[in-house]
Amino acid sequence: MSNKYIAGRRDFLKATTSGLIAGMLPVSLVRLAGAAEGEPDFTFAYISDSHIQQIKGAKFVRNWDQGLIRAVAEANLLEPKPDFVVFGGDLAQLGSKAELDHGAEILAGLNYKTHAVLGEHDFYLDMGEYWSKLYGDHYYSWDHKGVHFVVLNSILTYDDWVNKWETDERRMNEMAGLDNPNGSPFMVGDKQMKWLKKDLSKVSKDTPIIVFSHSPLQKIYKGWNFWTEEADDIQALLKPFDKVNVIYGHVHQIQYNQIDNIAFTSVMSTAWPWPYPESYAQAESHLPILTVPMNRADPFNERDATGWQFMNMNSGRVDLEFNLYNNTNRTVGFNHDKGHPEDTSFSDPDARTPAQSHF
Amino acid sequence: MIKALLAIAALVLTGAAAAQAPLGLPDVPVPVDNPQTPEKIALGSRLFNDLRFSSTRAVSCATCHIAALAFTDSPLHVSKGINDLTGTRNAPTVVNAAFNKTQFWDGRSPDLEDQALHPFLNPVEMGLENHDPILETIRNDSEYVKAFGTVFDAGPDEISMNEVTKAIAAFERTQVSGDSPFDRWYFGGEQDAMTEDAVRGFAVFLGNGRCVSCHAMEQDFALFTDHQFHNVGVGINDIQDKVPELARAFQVAKNEGMDVDVAVLTDADTSHLGRFAVDDQLSSMGAFKTSTLRNIAVTAPYMHDGSIRTLREVVEHYNNGGVSKADGAVNPFLSGGIRPLNLTEQEMDDLVAFMEALTSPQFEQSLAGSVASAKVSGEE
Repeated sequence: MSNKYIAGRRDFLKATTSGLIAGMLPVSLVRLAGAAEGEPDFTFAYISDSHIQQIKGAKFVRNWDQGLIRAVAEANLLEPKPDFVVFGGDLAQLGSKAELDHGAEILAGLNYKTHAVLGEHDFYLDMGEYWSKLYGDHYYSWDHKGVHFVVLNSILTYDDWVNKWETDERRMNEMAGLDNPNGSPFMVGDKQMKWLKKDLSKVSKDTPIIVFSHSPLQKIYKGWNFWTEEADDIQALLKPFDKVNVIYGHVHQIQYNQIDNIAFTSVMSTAWPWPYPESYAQAESHLPILTVPMNRADPFNERDATGWQFMNMNSGRVDLEFNLYNNTNRTVGFNHDKGHPEDTSFSDPDARTPAQSHF
Repeated sequence: MIKALLAIAALVLTGAAAAQAPLGLPDVPVPVDNPQTPEKIALGSRLFNDLRFSSTRAVSCATCHIAALAFTDSPLHVSKGINDLTGTRNAPTVVNAAFNKTQFWDGRSPDLEDQALHPFLNPVEMGLENHDPILETIRNDSEYVKAFGTVFDAGPDEISMNEVTKAIAAFERTQVSGDSPFDRWYFGGEQDAMTEDAVRGFAVFLGNGRCVSCHAMEQDFALFTDHQFHNVGVGINDIQDKVPELARAFQVAKNEGMDVDVAVLTDADTSHLGRFAVDDQLSSMGAFKTSTLRNIAVTAPYMHDGSIRTLREVVEHYNNGGVSKADGAVNPFLSGGIRPLNLTEQEMDDLVAFMEALTSPQFEQSLAGSVASAKVSGEE
């Protein structure tokens, strides 16, 4: 098929070579620079927080549908092909069978094996029962090319809270709200903590570990559940390993952090962006100081500050390419010299787009 | 002829010096290394119209950018080059192109100077193997030699494509037009300048039609473009199943050094990849530059491939949410903001009336002809 193209006579690319960056890896650059001998060398894609929302009957919110449809179509174009895709939770908005089915059908358009993470919007209507029929266990692990992958269900909460609502719908709605005095903080729970401890006990300390959770396994802002109750305990379990990467959804914005050996990076939503808590709630949050915030989303552009990402495993660390519709793509790569993730373009204060200081 | 052009150019320049841009337009941005002079503009005009710069010596810039048709080749869907070969794209107007932040439908060229290099060499446009024949023709034409000497202080052997494209760009920068009924109404405060239909249409343009989100306006001028690239469901809608194979093949070929300019103008499917072919970004799949709306009523047909015949049908395409037939399949790469609008018939008619009020005085004659021909073809 490629011979339909006439060989170039001129060096057209002079003006546009810089275009060959995030978004699509040039086919000729399959071998990732910097990958050490014998280390895993592969990519995977990450799509998250699609919030498929039923209006009535067969009618769903078009904008959320389109966000997920676009991510699936774009991920299918990736070169080199990713080894698998992770869906990071909140496939549905209010956890109904109709929403989960509709979202699962769009997601099934992916040409790759897909691993799913459970989000609170998928969960609190029927406590994950229907989601399990579609995607199986709520937490699990697997090994791939020398990397140990762990999926946690980090959106559990206290039993008292779960049982206090008169209807399932009410419970779901209460958990879906932000700054909700009736809300309850996320947690993984004792049973899962025990499982995690046991699971990690079988892994050698020099094996790179990647943990996927819906909520951040660090405490950033409680009012919006940018939070996991046992964050400190989980970090302690992960601390003995040389290279740990935590990838989380839920926050619908770019965040990254380094705590000891653990690199944290958030992923984008395909549906809508959240402002940073500090700018919107005017409340103090613990946005990691490493994070170069996103620029202010253009409220007139329905796709601005939404997107998905693909990730290179590079010497046991994750480099994230944020594919941002209608915005400048960003790359948060792991800087091995500095020992933490950093934005490859905007880390220098002079290179930054001033962030919003109010909403 | 040259004298007349010089006179016009001098007038334009005098106007510019007095900082009196046409109503509705900002001052023309002029690169510091290519200042406007009357002699340069006249030279550029002559180059623009010279048929000898094509392999058949029958095609000039003006073949597809016809002054009387607001510098397009309306009503052709796609442009015709040497030997009647057709490309894949509808000729964009030169009028007000001076304000564009990128050139070509996919923005593959950064400015007018660079843009002018490419059609000479494209096999379906002017078909030259390289630029040498142009320079040879110029060096053997005493009037050109004299003009280049005056304008660039360059001897015959010093004339290069750098000077040629600078002159062409300087001429193109004089092709600006505002002063439309809309401009007189909105910026000039002439209450009667626009019809009531058009006034209502402007409200739809700002409101329910959501047009202004991309066809942007500023406080004191309106270029009707955001200079961005959007997938609006034209072209790519017809090749949705082929996109994965096409995108991969294109990417491989591009990395092997394929000429993008040639590829996008000689293969219709490749053309529909749009901005992606230029910047390799997945988000750019099927996206094209927001075109200006000025003089749009005289430049039918519409969109990058000229696939939509009338302004009314363009409005319907957007009203359907990025599909020309209401039940057509939306493409997965569709830009945010393109969604069903639920406009009434009246609102759609009014929008068309508004767009017809964007014609500058010098093209009103063409508008009369264009509307008449659209009516005739509509009756077929």
